[in-house]
Amino acid sequence: MVLIHGLHRFALPSSRWRLSPIATPMCRQPHRRYSPEPPVAEHYADDDTPQFLGARASFTSKLEFIDPSSSTIPVYRVMNRKGEIVGDDDPKLKPKTIIEMYLKMTLLNQMDRIMYESQRQGRISFYMTNYGEEATHIGTAAALNTDDLIFGQYREAGVLMWRDYPLEMFMDQCYGNKDDLGQGHQMPVHYGSARHGFATISSPLATQMPQAVGVAYAYKLAKKSNVVVCFFGEGASSEGDAHAAMNFAATLDCPIVFLCRNNGYAISTPTSEQYRSDGVAARGPAYGMQTLRVDGNDVFAMYNVSRAAKEICLRENKPVLVEAMTYRIGHHSTSDDSSAYRSVDEVSYWDQTDHPISRLRNYMLNNQLWSKDQEEVWKKKAREKVMKAFAKSEAKRKPKVSHLFSNVYKELPENLEAQKSELFEHLQVYGEHYNLDLYDKEG
Amino acid sequence: MALLPAAAISLRLTPRVNPLRRKSSPRQQTLRNSSHFTYVPEAPPVPGETQRMNLFQSVTSALSNTLETDPTAIIFGEDVAFGGVFRCTVGLAAKYGKERVFNTPLCEQGIVGFGIGVAVAGSTAIAEIQFADYIYPAFDQVVNEASKYRYRSGGDFDCGRLTIRAPSGAVGHGALYHSQSPEAFFAHVPGVRTVVPRGPCQAKGLLLACIQDDNPCIFFEPKVLYRSAVEDVPVESYTLPLGKAEVLIEGRDVTLVGWGTQVQVLREVCQLAEERLGADCELIDLRTIAPWDVDTVCNSVSKTGRLIVAHEAPITGGHAGEISSTVQQHCFLNLEAPISRVCGWDTPFPHIHEPFYIPDKWRCFEAVRKLMNF
Repeated sequence: MVLIHGLHRFALPSSRWRLSPIATPMCRQPHRRYSPEPPVAEHYADDDTPQFLGARASFTSKLEFIDPSSSTIPVYRVMNRKGEIVGDDDPKLKPKTIIEMYLKMTLLNQMDRIMYESQRQGRISFYMTNYGEEATHIGTAAALNTDDLIFGQYREAGVLMWRDYPLEMFMDQCYGNKDDLGQGHQMPVHYGSARHGFATISSPLATQMPQAVGVAYAYKLAKKSNVVVCFFGEGASSEGDAHAAMNFAATLDCPIVFLCRNNGYAISTPTSEQYRSDGVAARGPAYGMQTLRVDGNDVFAMYNVSRAAKEICLRENKPVLVEAMTYRIGHHSTSDDSSAYRSVDEVSYWDQTDHPISRLRNYMLNNQLWSKDQEEVWKKKAREKVMKAFAKSEAKRKPKVSHLFSNVYKELPENLEAQKSELFEHLQVYGEHYNLDLYDKEG
Repeated sequence: MALLPAAAISLRLTPRVNPLRRKSSPRQQTLRNSSHFTYVPEAPPVPGETQRMNLFQSVTSALSNTLETDPTAIIFGEDVAFGGVFRCTVGLAAKYGKERVFNTPLCEQGIVGFGIGVAVAGSTAIAEIQFADYIYPAFDQVVNEASKYRYRSGGDFDCGRLTIRAPSGAVGHGALYHSQSPEAFFAHVPGVRTVVPRGPCQAKGLLLACIQDDNPCIFFEPKVLYRSAVEDVPVESYTLPLGKAEVLIEGRDVTLVGWGTQVQVLREVCQLAEERLGADCELIDLRTIAPWDVDTVCNSVSKTGRLIVAHEAPITGGHAGEISSTVQQHCFLNLEAPISRVCGWDTPFPHIHEPFYIPDKWRCFEAVRKLMNF
C-alpha cells in the first residue's frame, strides 16, 4: 500500500538518518532523526536474545509449526440450561431488576411476533426478529449506562428496549411514518436514538466497528467515564472493518467492548463456512486484547461479563473482546426461509432446550420471583401494549415529501433546492399518480 | 597465486565511491526537474500578518491554528506523528501532544471509520490518507457511512466534524499509484463535500473551512504544489467560502474551468491564447468539486459562449462531464461552440508517458484555438 518508489525527493526520507539536509529555500530546518525515545542502539542487549522490533520472543532451534486446533476458549456461564445456578457467580441482582429483565425480553419477543406478522400481511416492508438472542441484549444493557454509546448491527433491539425506547418509536421507524426519527429514510429495524445512546443502524456490516473505536478514543481524550459497546455478528467479523477496528482499538488504547453475537449463521452461511479459527474469541489475544467467551443465552452471565468488561476498559483504557455464543432461532429476516438450509429439529432444540427467556423464567419460578399466574397476566398485557402502539403507529401519515431532501447536508445546498423545486413542479402536474394523501402536508 | 590471509580480505558491503553520485547529464536533469507549469504567487486573500509558506506549510499552519483553538481536534493517519511523508504535520505532535497527533495502523478503512466515530462523538477529526490513490479501501466508509450518517438518522447523528485530507494529482513521476485525482468518484456521492485548492493561501482557507464545516469533507491537496507553490500566507486562521468557485481572470471569449494544479496550467493558457490568438479568456477555479458552483460557471459561459473544462483525471466519467452536462442544459442557447474537455486519457496514469497524458498547456491551447475557430 505504501511503496514510494522514487518519491524520496519529495517525501521526508526519515529512515535514512545520515542524508544531508534537504536544501530548498523554504525548508532550512536541520534534518533531524525522529526519535521520541533515546537512540535505538542504547536499547539493544548484549546477549544472544532476539532484538527484533517486531516481536518480543525467544529463540528456538526446533522447527515446529503451531497447531491451530490445539486449544479452545471455554464458555463462561452462571446458570445451566434449566436456569439453575452453577458455580459462584450469581450476580444476585435485585428482584425488581430480574423481573424487569424478564419483562423486557418477553416484550421484545411479543413485539417481534407482531411486527413479523405485520410484514407478512404487507403492512411494513421488512422485519428482523431477535428470537433466541434476547439475553445478549438485555444482559449487556443492564450492566451499562445510557451514556455508554452502543453501536449495533441490526439484531440488538433489546438494548433499546432496556433503555425504554418506546414501542411506538420502534414501530414508527418500521412504518417510516412522520414520527420516525429518521424521516422515513431507512428500511425497518434501522433504529437509532441519540437520547437512548444507540447509534443509528446502517445496513452494511461491520462498518460500525471502526467508528465505535473512534468514539471510544474521543471519550478517552475527553476523560469521560463511559465506554462504547460495539455489537457485531460472527459473519460481520469476517469483514475487513472488523480487523481494522480491533487493531486500532488495541494500538490506540480505546475503552471499547467488542461484543460478538455468535449465533451460528450469517443468513444461510454456518460458522463452519465463516471461519476456521476457534470462533471469534480466538482472535482477541492475537490483537492484544483481553478476551472472554460467554454463554449468550445466560442473561446473568451476559450481565457479569459486560460489567467486568466495562470495568477493564475504564480502568485500563484498553479494549475487550467478548464472544457471546447463542443461536438464531428465527429466520435471518422476513426475506429468508431458513428451512432451506437448516433442519426444523435443530431449531426446535434451541427453542425448547436452550432459550434465554425460558432459562430466566425457570430461575425466577424456582426462586419465587415469578408465578404461572403472573405469566398469564403479563402475556396478555404485553400483547395489549404492543397492539396499542401498533395501531397508533399504523394510523400515522408518512413524512412530508420534502423530507426526501432533508439532512443530506446540514443545510440545503443550492443544487438540492433546485432539485426539490423541480420535483414539486412535477407533482403540481402529475401529483395524482403519487398517493400524496398518505403523506404529511408541507409547511 | 598465494591465498591472502582472511584478515586481509575485507568484503566491503558498501562501495567506497557511490557510482550514482556522478551527476546525470544537464539535459537529463532539466527533463527530470521540469514541470508543466510555473506557479504564480497570489496576494493573501485576507489582511493580517503573513509568512512565506509553501503549500505543505500552509497546511501545517491551518492544522496548527485548528489544534490551538479547538481542544477536541485530533489529527491521525499513517506516519503523521513524525511530520508526515509530505511534512504537512511537522512539529504538531510535539506542540499539541502525542494523543492529538498520532499514527494509526496502516489501514485506510480503519482511518476513515475511526475518523467518523471521532466526529460522531462530537470531536474534530482530521484524517490523513497518505495518497489519494489509497483512499479506495475507505470508499465504503465514505460512501455508505460518512455521507449518509446525517440523512439516515434524520439528523439525530452526524459526522460533520470529519475532514479527510489526501495528496493527489500528477507529480512528474508518480505513475499509476501516486498521481491519481479521484474527485469524480466522490462528486457522485451526495452528503460529502469535495474540495481542491490551487495554492497555499487557498489551501489554508479552504482546509480551515472544511474543518469547520458541519459536513464531512474530503480535501485533495495537489502534491506537486507542496514545495513548488510558495507565497505569503496569513498566519492567523481564516476561511474561504465552500461551494463557491472563483473567477481569477475575467474575459469575454472563452471560459476555462479547472481546479488544483490545472488552474496554474490554465493561467498560462490564458496568456498563450492572448498572445497567439488574441483571445480573451476567463479563468475559473472551481474549488469545491461537489456540490459545485453552477451559477458562477453558467454566468460566465452565458457571457463568453465557449467553455473548456480541464482535469488530470481520465475523461470518461470525469467531473468535466458533469459540468458540461449542466452547462449545456442552462446555457444551450448561449453556446457558440460545443463544450470542450481536455483531460487525462482513459488509461491508468502512466510513468514515462506522463508528459503525453496530462492536459498540458498545449492541449488546452489547442482546445481554445478550435473553439475560437468553430
